[in-house]
Parts: sequence; C-alpha cells; structure tokens
Amino acid sequence: MTLNTFKRHVRESVKSLGRNGWMTFASASAVTVTLLLVGVFFTVMFNINYFAKKVENDVEIRVHIELTADRQAKDALRRQIEAIPNVKDVRYSSKDEELKRLIKSMGEEGTAFRLFEQQNPLSDVYVVKAARPQDTVKIAKQIETLPSVHKVNYGQGTVEKLFNVLKVMRNVGLVLIAGLLFTAMFLISNTIKITIFARRREIEIMRLVGATNGFIRWPFFLEGLWLGVLGSIVPITALAVVYYNVYHVYEHQFALQLFELLPFSPFIWQLSALLLAIGAVIGVWGSVMSVRKFLKV
Amino acid sequence: MIEMQDVYKTYPNGVVALNGVNVRIKQGEFVYVVGPSGAGKSTFIKMMYREEKPTKGSIMVNGVNLAKLKDNKVPLLRRQIGIVFQDFKLLPKLNVYENVAFALEVIEESPKAIRKKVMEVLDLVGLKHKVRSYPNELSGGEQQRVSIARSIVNSPKIVIADEPTGNLDPETSWGIMELFEKINERGTTIVMATHNKEIVNATRRRVIAIENGKIVRDEARGEYGYDA
Repeated sequence: MTLNTFKRHVRESVKSLGRNGWMTFASASAVTVTLLLVGVFFTVMFNINYFAKKVENDVEIRVHIELTADRQAKDALRRQIEAIPNVKDVRYSSKDEELKRLIKSMGEEGTAFRLFEQQNPLSDVYVVKAARPQDTVKIAKQIETLPSVHKVNYGQGTVEKLFNVLKVMRNVGLVLIAGLLFTAMFLISNTIKITIFARRREIEIMRLVGATNGFIRWPFFLEGLWLGVLGSIVPITALAVVYYNVYHVYEHQFALQLFELLPFSPFIWQLSALLLAIGAVIGVWGSVMSVRKFLKV
Repeated sequence: MIEMQDVYKTYPNGVVALNGVNVRIKQGEFVYVVGPSGAGKSTFIKMMYREEKPTKGSIMVNGVNLAKLKDNKVPLLRRQIGIVFQDFKLLPKLNVYENVAFALEVIEESPKAIRKKVMEVLDLVGLKHKVRSYPNELSGGEQQRVSIARSIVNSPKIVIADEPTGNLDPETSWGIMELFEKINERGTTIVMATHNKEIVNATRRRVIAIENGKIVRDEARGEYGYDA
C-alpha cells in the first residue's frame, strides 16, 4: 500500500466518524462505559494481587523450641532446618525478643504484658522463610518431626483461606470483564454495519472499478480503531485522576496500614496502556466482524 | 476478445436465464445486445464482468476463463473492463473530477498520474469546464458522460454498457452514442445492451438478439428487429 492510499483511508475513516455523528457517539460511549468498569475492576484486582503477593512473602514459619533444649540441641536443630531443601533463611529470636515484639504489636494494651518481663513464659524461636511461599506448608510439616521442636506456627488455615477468597474474586472479575467486552464489541459492530449500509453504493462502485476487498476494508478497520481509541480517553483520564487522589489521601492518612496501594506510577501508565489496547482491539474486532459479511462476492 | 462457449445460467430460485450461449466478440468490435425484457440480456452482460458466474460453460475475456476465476482475482479483471449503467452510478457527494478520479484512486495510481488521466478523459467527453460540479447540478446526459469518463479512465480494452441511454431523451442519447463511437474508434471493444430501436437501426452495427436465454439472431450489420 502506498502512503497516498493510506492517507486516503485515514481521511475516509475520519470523515465517516463525522457523518455518522450520533452512532459514533453511541459506540464510543459503549466503549467508555465498558472500559470504565473494566478499569475499576483491573485497579481493584491488581491491588488485591499486589497485596496477596506481599502477604505471601510475609508468610514465615515460627519454630518454637522446647524449653528444655540446651545450646547444643538448638544448634543441632538449626543445622537440621537449614538442611531442608528450599529453606531460604533461618533467624534466631530469643524469648526476650519475642516478648518485646508481642508487647509492641499489642500497642497500648501491650503494657499489661510488661509483667511477664520478670518471668517470661514464651519459648525461643527460629523464624524460617521458604525460598518460595508455596513450599511453606511442606517445610513446616518436615520441621514438626525434628527433635527439640515444641510447636510450629505458620498461620495455618488463615493463609489458605485468604488465597481462596482471592482466587474466587479473580474468576468472578474475569467473567464480568469478558461480558462487558462482548457487549461493547456488539455495539461497535452494529455502528460499523450502519456505516457500511450508508456507504453500500460507494462500495458497489468500488467493486465495479476494481478495488480489492482489502482496499475496501481499510477505512472501516480504521473507523473501528478510532471508535475504540476515542472511547478509551475518558476512562483513562478519569481513572488516573481518581486513583491519583485516592492514592495520595490514603498514603497520608493510613500510611502504616497493612493494606498498601500500588504506587501511582508506573501502575496507572500500565493500566492506561492496557485500557487503550483493549479499546483498540474491541473497536477493530467489531468492525472486522461486520465488514466481513458485506464483502462476500 | 470475449468468447462464450456453451454457457448456461440457472439462478438459485430455478429461473433459467441463459440456455446454451455461444458467441465470439473480437477486439475492437461494436456490438448491440437486444431482446425483450427478461430474455437474459442482463445476465449475458453481467457474465462478462463476472457479476454472475455461469452454471456451465466457459467465458474467456482477454484470455482469462471467468468460469474458473477466483473471487480475489475479480478486481484485476474489472480493471481491464469499463462498465456503464443506465442509472450512472455516480457518488453524489463527490464532484465530477473526484468521481472520475475515484476509479484510479481505488487502483492506487499516483496523484500526478490521476490528475493527468482524469483531465484527458474529461476533455474527451467534453466536460472539462464542469470539473467542480456535483452530479445533482448536471443534466442526465452530462451525468452519463461522467460515468463514461470513469469507465474509460484507466484505458480498458472493453467497455460494457447496460442500457446507457435508457434514462435519456433522444437528442441526448445521440450525443452519448457519438461518444461511444469515438471510444470505439480508439480500438476499444464495446458491448451495449439497449432498447433504443432508432439508434440500432441508424448505426448498423453487429446485433445479437437474445430470447429465452438463447441467441436467436447474430447479424454483422443488423437491425433492432422488434417493435416499440
């Protein structure tokens, strides 16, 4: 294709957007609504994922050592734990340190525990981290069988439940997104059909004077692309502005919260690129679908 | 050159439009196709630019068998054939120049070549002074001249016309016929379906008469042969 031909296709597609003003508006709006919902969904899902990753990485195994274990037994245990495959790191934490941690984590009420400083009931602990979070349970089971181990704690049950909830949310989200995308494609495909109907005389003449199907298809292809891109402008802007504000307010007010938001940059740029790409794809797909029927000889 | 051998055409609804047609049209001939409405004239014409495919038989146009021509090769065939219709088929939103240039844009000619060819051909049809007019500002005869200009702008070997004077008054029709004569003199084959008795009888060209899907008459210097 020559540059002149390409320019012609671009010109024709833009003209057609103007000629079918209201339908252009309707389809672009359909894309806008879809992408807005999809964008909000993605934002929530990506943040949940981010959170889940962090939680996963925070998962550690606390090996409580028998109170009766002497120094030698502790060292032996440490070597045995380190020998287990996929163990990344073993850290010793004495019972005094454990008590301090407990008091700190309880905040105001923690001061009551200060009484225990004289007679500490806690055990010394090895904090074990797995190389991959998924191996945590397996490693914990192995440690349980070692001598001098009083108890193993890795948040049994809670972690699994959390991951299950996340998985369900992710699946529901995907189904909803697929439904929305389908609706938008359907609307775009209808718009282009109307465009084609309005131009069927022109297409007829094009065919009579020897235009190839590819040549006839290009302007419609581009029109679909513009519809998708036009429709993605508002959602991208809106999400960026809202996220920017939410992020800043959240960071200032709840800086020490467990739940942390994804940083504005680069997340919002990635999300924008994703929404733009989705808009373009549904636009193009919708137009290609509707042109196909009209080009049968 | 156009050559049909044993061409049959039955439409999906069962109508038999052509029933064993054999014909040979040499390069540079001027041929009228006559016959009553519904006799198969239109189908006969449409076969030549592959608007319809034969059910049986072969159609050679410029050495290509249209019965076997793949759909994606049809545009290339159309570029070698000019087609003129009774209803002109001009684009109302384009002016005269743009309507003619359209045929060249579509086959991706360079803008420079387009300008040259379009002006040449508009000169030939006598509409050089109306390049910027829109179809609704032109008379029927002028519109038909534009559509003829479009059909010959990429110098086809064959021009096919389906009742080009059907919508025009007698005087204007003569003007259009003179134009076709002029194109024919340049060596272009012309196949024209027509109901215009006066023109056929006055010009004395080859006449092919079709009735009930068959060629019933093929005379070198024929007459229209029907009343009305």
